[in-house]
Amino acid sequence: MALAASAGLLGPSGAWAQAWNKAAFETKNLADTVKAMGGSAPTESKDIVISSPDIAENGAVVPFTVSSRLPKTESIALLIDKNPNALAASFDIPAGTEAGVTTRVKMGQTSNVTALVKADGKYYYTTKEVKVTIGGCGG
Amino acid sequence: MADPMKIRAAMSGDKVEVKVLMSHEMETGQRKDSKGAAIPAHFIQQVTATHNGKVVLSAQWGPAVSKNPFLSFKFAGGKPGEKVSITWTDNKGEKRTDEATIS
Repeated sequence: MALAASAGLLGPSGAWAQAWNKAAFETKNLADTVKAMGGSAPTESKDIVISSPDIAENGAVVPFTVSSRLPKTESIALLIDKNPNALAASFDIPAGTEAGVTTRVKMGQTSNVTALVKADGKYYYTTKEVKVTIGGCGG
Repeated sequence: MADPMKIRAAMSGDKVEVKVLMSHEMETGQRKDSKGAAIPAHFIQQVTATHNGKVVLSAQWGPAVSKNPFLSFKFAGGKPGEKVSITWTDNKGEKRTDEATIS
């Protein structure tokens, strides 16, 4: 793969400059996710807000809005502590885009949910508990 | 081929609010079928939104994002009549791009 890329066989990656961070998506907790993203020791912050239901009736579809008031917010990630892998989604926020995203994720069971924000090169987080009545990862 | 995305891009004050609904299984790889065989993971890994050739949001997703993913965000600098384009790529290399006009 590296050879093919260096030989130019894959062509310019353009908007796909950043490859999918497999290591980060395989982590089980916040500390390891931050590490896989190249950071360390996140600080708890009141300037990150997670909006979601406190009780999700259907764990298959739990809506989350995460917004950050931290200056120079560069990225926002959402972690579900008790899912098989913690990291659910990560968003890069370019300048000019509001530091807030809304999406829907699956939750296997009641869990703490952590929003991880990278702002001005540093990592910050906030956590809230979301109770799940029916899990979304069964089969 | 995956179904088209539903994209709405509308002015919200001086910003453009984009709402996207994608059509994708988002199979986690953790489930088993009725015979007990694991259903292979199939999920969107990367999403990029562009406006006038500039990336306004990029995302990396894991299989925990819900089936038929929803995404909403706001960016500055767009005007009615201009286009917003969204592309996703999944873990099997499938890809889809759709666009919407800002209203």
